[in-house]
Amino acid sequence: MDIELMLKVYPFFLKAAWITILLSVLTAGLGLICGILGASARLSRFSIVRFLGAAYVSVFRGTPALIQLFILYFGGPQIGIQLDAFEAGVIGLGINAGAYMTETIRGGIISIDRGQREAARTLGLSRWQTTYKVILPQAARLLVRPLGVNLNMLIKATALVAAISVIELTYTAQRYIGSTYKPFEMFLLAGVLYMIIIYATGRGVAWLDRKVRIN
Amino acid sequence: MTEHTHFVEIRHAQKSYGALEVLKDISLNVERGQIVGIIGSSGSGKSTLLRAINDLDPLTGGEVWLDGIQVNKSLPHRQYEKHINAMRQQIGMVFQHFNLFPHMTVRENVAMAPKLLKEISKEEANQLAAEQLDHVGMLERIDYYPSQLSGGQKQRVAIARALAMKPKLMLFDEATSALDPELVEEVNQVMKKLAEEHMTMIIVTHEMDFAASVCDRVLFMDKGVVVEEGPPEVVLENPSQKRTREFLRKHIEGAS
Amino acid sequence: MGLDFSIVPDYLDIILLGVAWTIGITVASALLSFVGGIFFAVIALYSPWIIRQPFRLIEWVFMGTPLLLQLFLIYFGLVQIGIDLPAFVAGIIGLGLHFAVYNSELIQTAILAVDKGQMEAARTLGLSRGEALRKVVVPQAVNAVIPPIGNNMIALLKDSALVSVIGVSELTLSAQRVIGKTYRPFEFYLVAAAFYYVINLCMEWVQRKIERRIAVSR
Repeated sequence: MDIELMLKVYPFFLKAAWITILLSVLTAGLGLICGILGASARLSRFSIVRFLGAAYVSVFRGTPALIQLFILYFGGPQIGIQLDAFEAGVIGLGINAGAYMTETIRGGIISIDRGQREAARTLGLSRWQTTYKVILPQAARLLVRPLGVNLNMLIKATALVAAISVIELTYTAQRYIGSTYKPFEMFLLAGVLYMIIIYATGRGVAWLDRKVRIN
Repeated sequence: MTEHTHFVEIRHAQKSYGALEVLKDISLNVERGQIVGIIGSSGSGKSTLLRAINDLDPLTGGEVWLDGIQVNKSLPHRQYEKHINAMRQQIGMVFQHFNLFPHMTVRENVAMAPKLLKEISKEEANQLAAEQLDHVGMLERIDYYPSQLSGGQKQRVAIARALAMKPKLMLFDEATSALDPELVEEVNQVMKKLAEEHMTMIIVTHEMDFAASVCDRVLFMDKGVVVEEGPPEVVLENPSQKRTREFLRKHIEGAS
Repeated sequence: MGLDFSIVPDYLDIILLGVAWTIGITVASALLSFVGGIFFAVIALYSPWIIRQPFRLIEWVFMGTPLLLQLFLIYFGLVQIGIDLPAFVAGIIGLGLHFAVYNSELIQTAILAVDKGQMEAARTLGLSRGEALRKVVVPQAVNAVIPPIGNNMIALLKDSALVSVIGVSELTLSAQRVIGKTYRPFEFYLVAAAFYYVINLCMEWVQRKIERRIAVSR
């Protein structure tokens, strides 16, 4: 193992790891927004809106994220959407993650007992009051763990933007493999950083899950 | 337009799920302060009828009136939502499975709706919650979460939660069916107390003794129709209909 | 530049060849992931500690890093240790191993979830441990594990697009090649997406059929 080489290049990996983290945070934020909108659409009382929500989930979960990214980044200019690689990465992955989160959030909401909604409506609360006072606070607690799984997948999915040349961890590893012919060393550097990010996120999710479960 | 002289008036209530008719042309009047019990086997439509009164299970035909206002008015969606929310504030409901909000303390469970829907301050709402909880004997558990309470205690909190909206009418949907036998009495006591205070109540129950002791009138329902109705001593002890007698006999056999 | 789908039919043969490759790679990787998944699960559940630990590390690495990075490692790593495999073989190994780890998780959970009483009941009847496993525990675990493994296989189809990055001429790379000639990325990536979507729908349809069967036998 070429430790010397690893020591020489690791600052570049560290810098790339920050890009991966930034990508993950932005993607997760956009994904969550899309997920909330998607779940609201899936649960709407208008059948056309429900259909649109279902179509969003089906199409974005039914095709590779990589292709979605390519359509946005390479095909976007043809329909007047000019994005740099990083922007395309965040938007493409965010919308993709949102489709998965839609199903997670919807699952959490419909798992709340029907009696909860009925009890709230019986007291005279409106649909919206019922949703944000009674349903969402309960669903949010149930959602920490499954959304944590979505987050874990999303962090790993940020590697896809290497294919549109965003200089994050996987791209950096790929470039140094190409220039040094030391795949194991480069994999080790990138892999350890990924695992640290994933592990830290996992601990954060577990902590949050415990915290919301206490009451 | 017909006069609506009764406090609660159900006219020709009809409900079907596709081809299945669960309520067949039921009419029922309840006067202010009256207590009406509804008995019948499961699937008789008794819960459906009760849940139609506050439009939780909307009727497919017929009208429900409360104190001169039609509950199930046909209105455009938005207006209807406003109307029904206002109506439901006047109709308290207690469920078989309590349906307390598990993420709120007992106090929050009771204070939430008044705080949101009545123009009162947080302190006033909390004060109101404390009063209602005192009324059902649950004041000392005010800061507990529902998961820390027994079934009987949960149901008493659920009653306090409904009462905090100062309803004109209380609906009880098998309020003691999910309770262990030794916990039934504490809930019955609270309901009896409400009866003494002349709260108008419609009670779906399978407890004949309780129905006999608090109800002014008892309805026996079977297959979506009211088979027999009258004072409890008649319907429960000396029924005129064969179906009622059969139901009561089976019920006694089942209970012993 | 605008969109023009009229040139799509001219290149359909290249795209369809890509579709065939994508299906082939998905099936081959899926088979590898079943065999590997069972192998990993057996090791995790029934092997001594000293053998189990290295496999846990492998599992941990596969679950904690992106598939794309793993593909780079396998493709270039094999070359480095002197094994020069065609890109598509490296791709199948990478996809297969990656999903073997995920399948193994599912298989372990399913086996552990079979009620203890089932094993006890079988042993009481006089079956040996092996017989009880084969006749009673495994059939029940199989039913429990098929639906989630189906989900993994659908995920595998979509992740097979990643092997385009190491130069396997499957659907995504075929689209890329056509785009290199036509400069029509939107049209051809969309066509590729449509093919993926159709294959995906077919897989979901099969999955639902199988699930309905299982539901009856339970």
